[in-house]
Amino acid sequence: MSTDKQYIRNFCIIAHIDHGKSTLADRIIEKTGLLTEREMQSQVLDNMDLERERGITIKSQAVRIIYKANDGHEYIFNLIDTPGHVDFNYEVSRSLAACDGAILVVDAAQGVEAQTLANVYLALDHDLDVIPVINKIDLPSADPERVIEEIEDVIGIEAENAPQISAKTGLNIEDVLEAIVTDLPAPTGESDNPLQALIFDSIYDSYKGVIVFIRIKEGSIKVGDPIRMMATNAEFDVVEVGYFGAGRFVPCDELTAGMVGYITASIKNVTDTRVGDTVTNRDNPCSEPLPGYKKVNPMVYTGLYPADGAKYPDLRDALEKLQLNDASLQYEAETSVALGFGFRCGFLGLLHLEIVEERLEREYNLDLVTTAPSVVYRVYKTDGEMIELTNPTNLPDPSEIDYMEEPVVEAEIMVTADYIGAIMDLCQERRGEYISMEYIEETRALLKYRLPLNEIIYDFFDALKSRSRGYASFDYEMKGYVKSNLVKLDILINKELVDALSFIVFEGTAYERGRKMCEKLKAEIPRHLFEIPIQAAIGNKVIARETVKAVRKDVLAKCYGGDISRKKKLLEKQKEGKKRMRQVGSVDIPQSAFMSVLKLDED
Amino acid sequence: MDTNTYKKEIELYIHIPFCVRKCNYCDFLSFPSNDDAQLEYVKALCAEIVYRGKNFSDYTVSSIYIGGGTPSCVNTRHIISIMETLADTFTINKEAEITIECNPGTVTREKLNIYKSLGINRLSFGVQSTNNDELKILGRIHDYKSFLVSLDSALHEGFDNISADIMYGLPGQTIETLRKTLKDIAKFNLKHISVYSLIIEENTPFYDRYYDDYILQCQGKLTSFLPSEEQLCEMTDFVGAYLRNRGYFQYEISNYSKRGYECLHNLGYWKRKEYIGFGIGAASLIDETRYANITDIDKYIKNYLRTNPISEYSERVNLTLDEQMSEFMMLGFRMVNGISTADFYNSFGRTIESVYKEQIDKLIGQGLIINDGNFIKPTYRGLELQNIIAREF
Repeated sequence: MSTDKQYIRNFCIIAHIDHGKSTLADRIIEKTGLLTEREMQSQVLDNMDLERERGITIKSQAVRIIYKANDGHEYIFNLIDTPGHVDFNYEVSRSLAACDGAILVVDAAQGVEAQTLANVYLALDHDLDVIPVINKIDLPSADPERVIEEIEDVIGIEAENAPQISAKTGLNIEDVLEAIVTDLPAPTGESDNPLQALIFDSIYDSYKGVIVFIRIKEGSIKVGDPIRMMATNAEFDVVEVGYFGAGRFVPCDELTAGMVGYITASIKNVTDTRVGDTVTNRDNPCSEPLPGYKKVNPMVYTGLYPADGAKYPDLRDALEKLQLNDASLQYEAETSVALGFGFRCGFLGLLHLEIVEERLEREYNLDLVTTAPSVVYRVYKTDGEMIELTNPTNLPDPSEIDYMEEPVVEAEIMVTADYIGAIMDLCQERRGEYISMEYIEETRALLKYRLPLNEIIYDFFDALKSRSRGYASFDYEMKGYVKSNLVKLDILINKELVDALSFIVFEGTAYERGRKMCEKLKAEIPRHLFEIPIQAAIGNKVIARETVKAVRKDVLAKCYGGDISRKKKLLEKQKEGKKRMRQVGSVDIPQSAFMSVLKLDED
Repeated sequence: MDTNTYKKEIELYIHIPFCVRKCNYCDFLSFPSNDDAQLEYVKALCAEIVYRGKNFSDYTVSSIYIGGGTPSCVNTRHIISIMETLADTFTINKEAEITIECNPGTVTREKLNIYKSLGINRLSFGVQSTNNDELKILGRIHDYKSFLVSLDSALHEGFDNISADIMYGLPGQTIETLRKTLKDIAKFNLKHISVYSLIIEENTPFYDRYYDDYILQCQGKLTSFLPSEEQLCEMTDFVGAYLRNRGYFQYEISNYSKRGYECLHNLGYWKRKEYIGFGIGAASLIDETRYANITDIDKYIKNYLRTNPISEYSERVNLTLDEQMSEFMMLGFRMVNGISTADFYNSFGRTIESVYKEQIDKLIGQGLIINDGNFIKPTYRGLELQNIIAREF
């Protein structure tokens, strides 16, 4: 096969969520005849059940397509699908670095949204050429003229000749394919240079070990080559090289500069192959790694515990396996008085957390108890030491604390004019600090706020959607740490502190939070033989209290005609239910109680 | 003549799955039917009695309980065939307690006269309430007046051992209406009164109507139709106090009687006496095995009307020693007198402490049971928290 660089196009599709990224990808794959329509499962690139269900891309995916252009040449398209959520920004940025151009999909009805902007800026940061595509022009509410204007005004890229398509119906997809050929650049780089390849993702295969997704910037790579990962210094011999068919790996002899593909090298540990790292030849190394590699740090931490204590080893195995496919997942063993043995896990964001949790429960059949998510606080002690606090339980005694800092983000919220007031209120409630507001057009504005991260990790997104009737979109970026008045809120059940329920909270909202916690727990904890006080406390000071009344009646009346077996079955069922609870002191606490803290703002 | 005393005792339960109309709260195995269907069923029932009963020649029957459904609503000749078949098949103790359940309004003096002649010596009336509005909600076919008539007939026919069933915790019921019901019944000085707290069972009209409310009640929260848990507990206390003041003794969670008139048949269940249940869905405990008959009436009739019937059970569980001991405990604590430590030793050849010390100590600590050395009994509170005690064993 011809490997002339001028006939290769490496690109990605970027879009705001729901603007039709995956559908367009499907259509491109279908049009180029890689798969027949019958073979197509909708949204080929979103492999995981979870991805398809949620309509999001979690892992980067890539596919090679052959396209015969109007100029008579056959082109190799490498389409790299990127995760679409802010949680995975780093991965997005690495995927973009593997491309030379990007297709920007904009919804013909909704126009430019917060993530559209964020993604375009990311693409421009990577020097990608961006071609806009107006999608969903079949919608009655489509207004392509307005959207073209918006793209030119807000983003500042030429959109006059942007293909106007419907990915859903397949309308004008050819225009997109031709634009890829004519408007996106061919890759650069020389196959004779020393190897310099970017790792943009990896997955774990139980037979082949880690499969590393790479983009060759310079040089070439083939089976048997000795390679070295420049950040981790791990060395391997290449076992297989290949490219991406639709949903499968196709081995080939060699990958050369400008190409996108994969390698395997009997790599057992996914942490040896960090996304963003550079692969080079051990014997003929390039002079320096590709720029931009950084270690990603988790932003949100939570305790994960098996519902059944005996499943602890299963949870450990499952986390180990998940990490093979997800190097950004971090975990370490911890113990809780209330929950026993478990793990403190670090995630890129709340969506990442949810996805890991769901995969553990679905793919590994585990029943989990999750503690309240926490961000990483910085605790400056009076003795000059600074601790990065990931578990509220480890907060030093207040007398040892000089001051504390919490992470803040800068949030961009795109909202229609009708809901600006409601969204500003929301940001105020969440301790937001107003930065600016720009009208993108008459009816829409871009709000900028500085917000504490711990105010947005629970349910900010849901609140945003409900208060704007779904019309607001949101993106954020970490902006470091600021000093803040934080306290640890403890929960005491029947006078005993339940460590797994402690959390760090802004002092000004502590009372409200404590009160809601107590109410929730009251509803969750079954009645016992004795009265159970539920208290929220800061230090020794109780700030809220509820009581679970003692049970007075628990009896099965009639055993008709001596039907003892039925009665016994009922009692067995009750015993089972009791077994699934956690015992703290003399109180049985159901698993759901530990999660109730996540849903404080529900009603 | 007293060869009986050397034989093992057994109780018999006869299930009549017919009623005039199914009540709104009832999840027992019963349904309305015509006389032909009843005839077929009773034929099969008698065949079952003969077929299974033949293995019990060295037993003597200490009690018989004809329940349902509404046994009193079927043609009296069916009751005659059943009683005659029982008498032909079993050795029935002369003092045996023989009960038939009756619905007010379905018995006449003639009927009762025949029952009496068949040896039936105890009547259990499903009165439930004397408040006609409450009876209507329950879907009962009778009113208070028809109970008075039926009771009058029973007394005239010389029945002395009469029981009445009362329900409380009914939708809309108050302490006042409950007091009235208790008063209307206790004034006749019946020997026995059962007082059941309404349970909302699945697959009943009440389930659809009140299930949500029932859950609120069980959680001690505010209810809309049913009495709150608080009111229910008040009612429980009230029932106990009212009946005690009128010479009744509580001997089991739901049962009160004059001294010496406890329902022996029911006590047998709690004491793990052996019993055979005849009829669809009926349960048996024989030789430490629990059986339950099949519930499909057509299948049941077909089987027993064949020349060579077989024993068909929907359940047959051979109890392990652990299960036997666990049953002994959980069933025994339903009785006010609790369990006898001597009985435990005699039954299982080991002391109760050697098996259940931890559980007993825990429950004593929780104030749910007390141990006087010979008997371990539920406390007044423990009686109402029966499930918590039972879950320990």
